[in-house]
Amino acid sequence: MTTLNDEIKSGLPQGEAARRNVASRRRTGAIWRTIFLSATIIGLIALSLLIYNVVNEVFGYVATEYAVDPATLSDKPLDELSKDELVVILQDNMRKNAFRTLEREKPMADRSDSEVYDLVIERVLKPQTLETWTLRDSWFNKAAIDAQVASEFPEAKLEFRSWLTAGFLTTPMSSDPLRAGVRTALLGSLWMIAITILFAFPIGVGAAIYLEEYATDNRFNRIIQTNINNLAGVPSIIYGMLGLVIFVRTLEPLTSGRIFGADSGNGRTIVAASLTMMLLILPIMIINGQEAIRAVPLSLRQASYGLGATKWQTIWHHVLPNALPGIFTGTILAVSRAIGETAPLIVVGASTFIVTDPDGPFAKFTALPIQIYNWTSRPQPEFAHIAASAIVVLLVMLLSLNAIAVLLRNRFSKRG
Amino acid sequence: MDDKVSIGMDSRRITTSQRETTRPFSLKKQPRLGESIIQGFLLFCGVLSMFTTIGIVVVLGSESIAFFRQVSIVEFVTNTVWSPQIDEFGILPLLLSTLLTSTIAMFIALPTGLAAAIYLSEYASSRARSILKPILEVLAGVPTVVYGYFALKFMTPVLKAIFGEANVNIYNMASAGLVMGIMIIPMVSSMSEDALSAVPRALREGAYGLGATRLETAIKVVLPAGISGIIAAFVVAISRAVGETMIVAVAAGAKPTFTFNPFEAAETMTGHIARISGGDLSYASIDYNSIFAIGLTLFLMTLGLNMVSRRLVRRFREVYE
Repeated sequence: MTTLNDEIKSGLPQGEAARRNVASRRRTGAIWRTIFLSATIIGLIALSLLIYNVVNEVFGYVATEYAVDPATLSDKPLDELSKDELVVILQDNMRKNAFRTLEREKPMADRSDSEVYDLVIERVLKPQTLETWTLRDSWFNKAAIDAQVASEFPEAKLEFRSWLTAGFLTTPMSSDPLRAGVRTALLGSLWMIAITILFAFPIGVGAAIYLEEYATDNRFNRIIQTNINNLAGVPSIIYGMLGLVIFVRTLEPLTSGRIFGADSGNGRTIVAASLTMMLLILPIMIINGQEAIRAVPLSLRQASYGLGATKWQTIWHHVLPNALPGIFTGTILAVSRAIGETAPLIVVGASTFIVTDPDGPFAKFTALPIQIYNWTSRPQPEFAHIAASAIVVLLVMLLSLNAIAVLLRNRFSKRG
Repeated sequence: MDDKVSIGMDSRRITTSQRETTRPFSLKKQPRLGESIIQGFLLFCGVLSMFTTIGIVVVLGSESIAFFRQVSIVEFVTNTVWSPQIDEFGILPLLLSTLLTSTIAMFIALPTGLAAAIYLSEYASSRARSILKPILEVLAGVPTVVYGYFALKFMTPVLKAIFGEANVNIYNMASAGLVMGIMIIPMVSSMSEDALSAVPRALREGAYGLGATRLETAIKVVLPAGISGIIAAFVVAISRAVGETMIVAVAAGAKPTFTFNPFEAAETMTGHIARISGGDLSYASIDYNSIFAIGLTLFLMTLGLNMVSRRLVRRFREVYE
């Protein structure tokens, strides 16, 4: 034994050399540890930069100028005028037809003072955006902005504004970024998601139950399983092309609502988009659902069989209730993917400019990510502000969904 | 079939033993119509995914055939010009920019994702993990169109500041690729971390017992043991980058260009499909058919990558008891 030990020892560094060897190895270890840590931190930095860049565009100074000088309308300042005087100004300065349209939408008598005041500003004074600044500039370079405004647009009014307002959520699309909102896009997204869940949830859960509870280990079922795993890796734009050919073109009578008597011209409707999204999220839903069902202990099933329950009674009364929190979590995660998905919607043919609210499953529609894409692609800086605001709306929606998923998961893990 | 499904094996044995005695009520399995219908529906749900795959293959295949009737396959794969207006249909410029953006993305995502995975699985305390992992999850959940915005409004100006205003086009492959890399980091790190965590603890203990440092254990013992899962993660990451649409559609440019310069604007395959189908497209035009030929190429590429990933896993898998 001693000879063997000596032999090994002779090949290894001794004394001072061993100390140096260990020290240098430890040093290398410390260096790499820092590298690994910084790689992990990169995610944090990227996320902060992303949020900073979005928020930076949502707030900031805006220099606006009225096309009409308020002083020419009345000798008193506008905000001191009564409602009747404001209506008179409206009547005098608008084209007859435009005023009549306004009256038809909501009679002047029914409108509040501030509504009429806003109308005067919007329709008569016609504010025009001259230049906008980001939050960072507004914060740190106020003096430079003031100087620039004073020299370039002496008439302009400089005000700090948030591009994301309550009005942004409730006004429809407009070609004027100051007045554009995401109402139609938001409603389109909600309609689409609702119908997607309606189709995807039962089919996804059904497939998961089949694969976990009924499918025996044979060639046919293995192919189904492999196929689902493969489908989860197909790029989303391919699903869009599938949807374009199958749902928009081949099933046009169905998706345009013609056989239900609600013809919308062609198949580029909410239903077509929802069905496409359904195909896209089904593989994720099935895989998540299978995991949730697999986590239900076998003893529960055996107890149920022991009491004489049939297979379906066991699944319906025991397996599903126990798997449900997990299934819900998986569904929410799949749905949040569907909400942010843009490419398939572009291919299926979501409209980019639409001002009327979607009124049913067979309506033409636009969606939040489509709107973001559209606004981001425009070169004018004002559109970057509203694109950023729409991104905030989308992210808040996704974060709240994910928060629900986390809550469900926590409840689930406590019970398990 | 019905027998087996509705009542288990054990109950059938009871039925046969009861057969001899006079019985007050029959325990013999009765056909249950309701259960059969439900099972039929569940089977349909499972099979629906097969129809999806068949649908994809048929749709892409048939529309591509219509395209290849007018354009020869040889021209499609060798021509370096894609310009439908003058009847030039060479996929090479689109393919090249797809490969360029994906390569840039991989240079960011693979090392960073793997390093993050090693940190999370081998170094991080459970408290650090509970902070860092959700951040990566949030990053993975950000919609790709938001990343597109980030590439165009942040990454491009940064690149312009570093490499000079004149050298960097406002739409360029570099910024799209870099942001795509950031987007893919969470995927690589979470899949690789799963692979590393699956390596049995005994292997690490053995290495520590022989005097290895934490780094040596991680690099020389744990990493080789989990390599199959890591390679699978890498290949899936590549397939994700190839199929990514919105970032390149927003930031990489809208003109097919055959160029190796990452600071030039060049449209990728996915970007081209998105742009062409976004307009009012006539179903009878060759433009319409051409996007399906591109789609088929894309589908075959990602499918191939996924299959390679599975084969690699099988070849390198080490089974631990």
